[in-house]
Amino acid sequence: MTVKSINGEYPETFMDSVDKFHGNQLVYIGWDYHTSICTANAYPLPPEMPFGAVTEAVLPTVLGPHPDFPKIDWDQVIWQLDGEPFTPDMTKSLLENGVGHKSLLRFKTPGLDGYQGTYN
Amino acid sequence: MAAKRLNMRKRYELLTRGLGWEPTYQDKEKVFSNETYEGIKITNWDKWEDPFRLTADAYWKYQAEKDKKLYAVMDSFAQNNAHLNVSDASYINALKLFIQGVTPLEYQAHRGYARLARQFSGEGAQIACQMQSIDELRHAQTQIHTLSHYNKHFNGMHDPFHMHDRVWYLSVPKSYFDDAKSAGPFEFITSVSFAFEYVLTNLLFVPFMSGAAYNGDMATVTFGFSAQSDESRHMTLGLEIIKFLVEQHEDNLPIVQGWIDKHFWRAYRVLGLVSMMQDYMLPESPMSWKEAWDIYFVENAGALFNDLSRYGLRMPKYHEQATLEAEHLSHQVWGIFYNYIHAAAFNIGLPTEKKMDWLSEKYPNTFDQHYRPRIDMWREMEKDGKRFFNMGLPQLCQVCQIPMGFTEVAKDDPMQIAYRVSNYQGEKFHTCSDGCKDIFDNEPEKYVNAWLPVHQIFQGNCGGAEIPDIMKWYHFRPEDGGDYNGSADQKHWQEMRGETKQTDTPSEPVQASA
Repeated sequence: MTVKSINGEYPETFMDSVDKFHGNQLVYIGWDYHTSICTANAYPLPPEMPFGAVTEAVLPTVLGPHPDFPKIDWDQVIWQLDGEPFTPDMTKSLLENGVGHKSLLRFKTPGLDGYQGTYN
Repeated sequence: MAAKRLNMRKRYELLTRGLGWEPTYQDKEKVFSNETYEGIKITNWDKWEDPFRLTADAYWKYQAEKDKKLYAVMDSFAQNNAHLNVSDASYINALKLFIQGVTPLEYQAHRGYARLARQFSGEGAQIACQMQSIDELRHAQTQIHTLSHYNKHFNGMHDPFHMHDRVWYLSVPKSYFDDAKSAGPFEFITSVSFAFEYVLTNLLFVPFMSGAAYNGDMATVTFGFSAQSDESRHMTLGLEIIKFLVEQHEDNLPIVQGWIDKHFWRAYRVLGLVSMMQDYMLPESPMSWKEAWDIYFVENAGALFNDLSRYGLRMPKYHEQATLEAEHLSHQVWGIFYNYIHAAAFNIGLPTEKKMDWLSEKYPNTFDQHYRPRIDMWREMEKDGKRFFNMGLPQLCQVCQIPMGFTEVAKDDPMQIAYRVSNYQGEKFHTCSDGCKDIFDNEPEKYVNAWLPVHQIFQGNCGGAEIPDIMKWYHFRPEDGGDYNGSADQKHWQEMRGETKQTDTPSEPVQASA
């Protein structure tokens, strides 16, 4: 279906196309089963940034205060990229890892199930 | 002998049907250029029946009387400093949400109906929309006038219309009305008159007004009553419109059903803000969100759609999901605001023990299992001086624009965030639910145009990169947001009431170290 409009053509402006983010791309990162952090967060990141910087520099700024966060063993983490199972190469860039503009990265931390195992 | 006075029905007929004419200088299709492009077929506008057949003279008289009463109450409220009689100053936060989130919608509705009064070619419909347009403007005015007294004593109420156009959480109600207003006239009226005013308005007004009554706020109760007789007229109009459209032509049915599905879900998502207000922001709570949902949606809307089934209409799509979510909604929305209250223009706080017990009682299937532990965790963190603030920006739903904090309740996985995504012309668009994804997929051309506050911040269009810059651009003042404990409002309230000053200092968000 398409929008019905008076002139037959609906004006489209892609408000969030990658060229509008000053060289960065948007990446959403969510921690599964840790809903006290209310949503995945949105981050504007350089596409050439090494993936390792996500776990070392990006995520701690937001997820750091969660009591489970310091206990994460990043080698055990199960990743998902845009709905597919995914194993990141920490030394390669986001782009080389296939993380694109408005990609959704999710990760699970087996054994760390949130506050008192309640997924919070 | 004096001419016999006309009866009301006759006067109404003369005023409406008698006022129309066939244009001769211009084609009728050009004069009413919005009337056909949505595919709705109107064969006979004369079948339009207004529920109240209100004439202009009766309307002015009646509204003037209501205003006289309302303004008398407002005067006496101000003279008696009656704001000091509310249950607690934390209650005022419900009013902040109302004037920031709801009052600007009244104004948007005013504009929307004014357009309809111009664009419909049926005279009966023109008059009905004109009356409703005036009602909506009056509601915006009376709400502003009533709440202006509170604005003298409390924070966060000083610039609601500016905030409504810019602030991340107010883009939720705003984008819903923008969606309806940028659609054709028949979609607008189905959305606002039926989906919003008929099906869901009780879930907006009853919680706010009964909350006001329970918390000693007689001024707000009075403007609620003053609007109520208008609301019932609007609701009846909403129902008549639906019947009129489906009776006019069989081709209208699938179009109207599609709009009911879409705007039910849009309006329901907006009401998430009300659910939080009801369950977490009222010191004295008359009714939980779940109870209100059961009465005003499950029972009332269920009966309504039973009646409408003879026209071929069915319940809105995903209504079952909304009912399942009723036991989770307020907790999840409040959780979002607990994460981000440093970037809001009202205050919240962790619920008291008494409130926690009330929540347990009202939500026996969900609160103790899922949400009490979360609050316990946050309370422990606060005690340790580590109040949790989310220092990132949330992923937003492309359609409802709410931070994507809703979970897979319908898939029996209530502690996992729900993610949906669509690809359109090579770009990904994320949505929070099947309901929002369907809306996107039906009209992707429309929703790629969405002004998403988080993305706009990253693009540099919101006053700067740091939270204080953005707050300034929102016209928030430093004392407007944050936790209620230690807030400027709490301090001022204690001073006004001559109570001992407490020494709480508010928790400040600090950037966690990398």
